[in-house]
Amino acid sequence: MNRSLTLFAGIIGSFAFSCYALLIVPQRQLGGLQPQFTEDEGKITDIYPVKNEGLEAGRAVYKSEGCVYCHSQQIRDEQNGTDIFRGWGVRRTVARDYIFEKAPFLGSMRLGPDLANVGSPEWRNEPKDEDPKYKPAKRDAAWHLLHLYAPQTVIKNSNMPPYRYLFETRKIVSQPSADALALTGKDAPKPGYEVVPKAEAKVLVGYLMSLNKSHPLKEVKGSAPEVAAK
Amino acid sequence: MTAAALAPSPTPTPQAPAAPSAAHAQAVERAAIDASTSGPVLFFFGNGLLWLLLATVLGFISSIQLHSPGFLADIPFLTYGRILPAFTNALGYGWATLSGMGVAIWLLARLCRVQIKWPGVLITGAIFWQIGLTIGIVQILAGKSTGVEGLEIPGSSAVLMLLGYALVGLWGALLFGYRRQGTAYISVWYLVAAMFWFPWTFALAHISVAMPSVQGVVQNLVGAWAVQNFLNIFITSIGLAAAYYLIPKVINRPVHSYNLASTGFWSFILFTGLTGAVRLSGGPVPVWIVTLSIAATILLIVQLVTVSANLLLTMRGQYHMVYHSPTIRFTFFGAIAFSLAGVTGLFSSLRSVDRVLHFTHFQSAQSYLLLYAFFSMVMFGAIYYILPRLVGCEWLSSSMISLHFWGAAYGGGMLIAILGIAGIAYGSALADPETLFSQVIDAGAVYYIAASIAWGMILIGHLVFALHFLLMLLRIGQPGGEPTLFAPIGEEKH
Repeated sequence: MNRSLTLFAGIIGSFAFSCYALLIVPQRQLGGLQPQFTEDEGKITDIYPVKNEGLEAGRAVYKSEGCVYCHSQQIRDEQNGTDIFRGWGVRRTVARDYIFEKAPFLGSMRLGPDLANVGSPEWRNEPKDEDPKYKPAKRDAAWHLLHLYAPQTVIKNSNMPPYRYLFETRKIVSQPSADALALTGKDAPKPGYEVVPKAEAKVLVGYLMSLNKSHPLKEVKGSAPEVAAK
Repeated sequence: MTAAALAPSPTPTPQAPAAPSAAHAQAVERAAIDASTSGPVLFFFGNGLLWLLLATVLGFISSIQLHSPGFLADIPFLTYGRILPAFTNALGYGWATLSGMGVAIWLLARLCRVQIKWPGVLITGAIFWQIGLTIGIVQILAGKSTGVEGLEIPGSSAVLMLLGYALVGLWGALLFGYRRQGTAYISVWYLVAAMFWFPWTFALAHISVAMPSVQGVVQNLVGAWAVQNFLNIFITSIGLAAAYYLIPKVINRPVHSYNLASTGFWSFILFTGLTGAVRLSGGPVPVWIVTLSIAATILLIVQLVTVSANLLLTMRGQYHMVYHSPTIRFTFFGAIAFSLAGVTGLFSSLRSVDRVLHFTHFQSAQSYLLLYAFFSMVMFGAIYYILPRLVGCEWLSSSMISLHFWGAAYGGGMLIAILGIAGIAYGSALADPETLFSQVIDAGAVYYIAASIAWGMILIGHLVFALHFLLMLLRIGQPGGEPTLFAPIGEEKH
């Protein structure tokens, strides 16, 4: 029965080693990560990242619609892809960027662009080029809502599904609502009707517009020397 | 003379020559063992098959949505972002786990020469597992997923699944504990490893993700670890256990080398558990973790070479059996896919390759290669072998088996090839700074319709198989005794 003993010892030992190397050690290394801050004469400023409970509702919509199966939220460095060149971010993302996220949406597929910094005004999905044909659209709340309702109206060959169930079509009472979508052509509702976002769409757009992991971090070289030098 | 015959304790199963009376006694014993397993094993296979059909339909829908984004998009629970995880969970935890457990239980009973007592416990286990899984998939479709890729099923449902698994795992352990066969055959090693690794991985992963102290990217690491252990240890072990049993058994000669098998097993069990972090290669995790996983993936070449060589050498001179025997045709296809998956897994783990292929369909192709072209094909082969021994009649129609093979092998092979090529095209476009993102989308789009056609072929194959399976349950088949072959042995096509 020595052979079965060897078998069991081997199986249990290899499992223990696997847990140790890929769960316990990483948790020890990363579990205690704290936000970065600047301390100047006892005053703590410039804390990053910060926890924002107000975004949880929008995050929950992002999670439940499964956005992560097409959009990643991680920026690789210049040696590992064109992420930064495309304008998805200004620096690579690191573990500290995600410490306040429960189940970070790192993603494993890019059927659509990376969204780690989509809330940043500098975010773009085109190469950095002064050529006007690459000029990014201004991605404000109205743009995002329209894009969710009918993606192909704003990006012609987009293969993103429409999320019309996050909106409702209703009869216009007296005056059109302020947040009604500006739809034209075949997407437009019948005359006398308007399309307005439900609460889910609004919080989702709020969450998207908050996404920004471009704050400089000490461990990312070149992310902003004047801060990193401290 | 094969090495197996020289090994200190010869491998017991595949056809030890024996005196006629002893052979008769063995046949009686095998029949009694098969009879004791028939209830639960048929239950596992039948339910697994229902999950396979569900997964095929979900996979088909998700594939159509890639080229027609508006397809079913207005129904919240059928949106792509919910269908896709429902599909992977139905395929992995429904079809793969249930068919795998059915094969594992049957193999353990046979190889340990133990009759199953209280088969109701196994069936109860499978029922609990499936209640948990059903609730979990409904939760995913309702938008209540955990959001961790690979661990989408919420903890409450996972507890039910684990409870069900515990009953099955306990019975598997008892079969091993009460074994009447002194030396454990290679398949038994793999089965014991599978049955131990899976529940602990599943439980630890769900506990870790639920722990408040575990947050940030450690959760992604846990998810990657769990998926990798599920696919590359649990599923792979059961597939190899079945291949190591079926190939020698059907072609009637012992496995080529006991030493190769032993080397393969030990390198597998040592290194595979460290490979999980390749799924996060290039991502926001410490570099050493990914480097460790890449190194472990490269070391797995030892297993890849030894297992492939062993199975090929066992088949040597008997390749014509692929033409005759359904079991061998499916199982050998799976064995080849295993080797191929090892090679592509090795290359795609390298940083220079991964940075191009990481966020593309190449990853899906890699998973399907392992889960479908290897594992599922071996399971089909095993079911073609096992079922006649449980229901007492042979498969009705070799044409139906051929049609199933056509759908599964050609459809599945085509799907994997298309996704692999699409991944390479997409990744190359993405890696080229001059290519606009809208052009990157177009680089992938040309392949999606072909992928849907492949899914259609797979669906036809699975429907035919399910019908054939149902006929077997109803005992509509050829009289027992001689297996249903594509062509009589000795009659070559060319």
